[in-house]
Amino acid sequence: MTETLHKTPLHALHVELGGKMVPFAGYDMPVQYPLGIMGEHKHCREQAGLFDVSHMGQARYVGDEAALEALLTCDLSEIGAGEQKYTLLPNERGGIRDDLMVSRPDGKGIYLVVNAATKDADFAHIEAATAGKGNLTRIPERALLALQGPAAKDVMARLCPEACKMVFMQCGLFTLDGVDVMMSRSGYTGEDGFEISIPEADADRIARLLLAQDEVAAIGLGARDSLRLEAGLCLYGHDMDENRTAVEASLIWALAKTRRERGDFPGADVIATQIEEKTCQKRVGLTLTGAPAREGAEIADKSGNVIGIVTSGGFGPTVSGPVAMGYVDRDFMKPGTEVDILVRGKPRAATITKLPFVPANFYRG
Amino acid sequence: MTTRYTEDHEWITVDGDIATVGITAFAAGQLGDVVFVELPEVGKTLAKGDEFAVVESVKAASEVYAPVDGEITAINDALEGEPAKVNEDATGDGWFVKIKLADAAQLDGLMDEAAYNAHTA
Repeated sequence: MTETLHKTPLHALHVELGGKMVPFAGYDMPVQYPLGIMGEHKHCREQAGLFDVSHMGQARYVGDEAALEALLTCDLSEIGAGEQKYTLLPNERGGIRDDLMVSRPDGKGIYLVVNAATKDADFAHIEAATAGKGNLTRIPERALLALQGPAAKDVMARLCPEACKMVFMQCGLFTLDGVDVMMSRSGYTGEDGFEISIPEADADRIARLLLAQDEVAAIGLGARDSLRLEAGLCLYGHDMDENRTAVEASLIWALAKTRRERGDFPGADVIATQIEEKTCQKRVGLTLTGAPAREGAEIADKSGNVIGIVTSGGFGPTVSGPVAMGYVDRDFMKPGTEVDILVRGKPRAATITKLPFVPANFYRG
Repeated sequence: MTTRYTEDHEWITVDGDIATVGITAFAAGQLGDVVFVELPEVGKTLAKGDEFAVVESVKAASEVYAPVDGEITAINDALEGEPAKVNEDATGDGWFVKIKLADAAQLDGLMDEAAYNAHTA
């Protein structure tokens, strides 16, 4: 059976750059370019990388904000003009339907960015739950680029100096080489950087303009994954899903204090009980030497009893060794705890390690 | 010495009844940066087609299969500290194991260089 893959507005550019194209969330996307995952990863940590994340779901919500907020774990009244927040879309069991960004880049309601694989389900869910109270408008005609890395600000200082006034998790409307764009100072690498929502007709030209800057290299999904893993950031469908709660996923910080007090988001009762009982498994970081531990590898105590599972794992080019994230029983969550990870059946010594593996390099002003 | 190739991109170079085995430069290029190679223990007996090693790149783990029957007589310990040798010199310093051949006639079923080049073209 042949699946017809969607193409982003930058597809031709990826192919021209020599991108190795693979199916991802229904899109034909570059997993790497000729520089390779290791080189791309390091380039992004040291200079700046350009990512095509146009496969992600963009939408705008206008209307009764309480109806939208009821579905999320943030407090929309805490998000002022020009601000962005990371939040969750929980299910009734406290599990996570998706993680997403919500922001107010302008005066026109709430702008949302959700994951590619879940966007149709997310948007249908939001539309159904807010019917008659608000309007969700999908924005498939906009591309989304991410410029990430310590030199991203130097690039932006030349092309759009106004954007450099933003600090981490701020957003706004800007003009980039004559194009009206929505931009936020955020990303998925642990580095300083910008996420740029841009009309698809201008995407190719702006991407080429960014790539023409000395500091910038194109980065594929492979390095995007290793960068976010080192940054301790969850990949939806792997490190979190409908069966893991924010408490288990160590994302309590993504639940607004006011919402926890009011207990008015889906699954709030489950979350409150888990916070109270302190018995559920927790997401942790793990480091080991030698063989990388991959998703699905079992985590055992030193007596061989299975106490958890790896949900993301690979080689961290900046850490220069294997890193992983996974869920372990409470007794083993403390950084420094020695465990084993079963890699192809063979126990490999691993240590519970504080996340992120690489210090965050956000610009906070 | 003759060198033969498998469809799974292993190479095997035979000197007497001892064969040196590794993965091809083509395979190493496809995998990208190799970060770890899991090798078998010396003395292990392999049947043609057995998975005997695993190559880990940044992104994924890939199995390596025995091109012939035989017994492992040596492994390339240097790969433990320098797995990148597989990328830098796949058919030289990046070798995986040496195998004492059980049946030299099995080599006839493998590809020569011209056939392998056609296979990867």
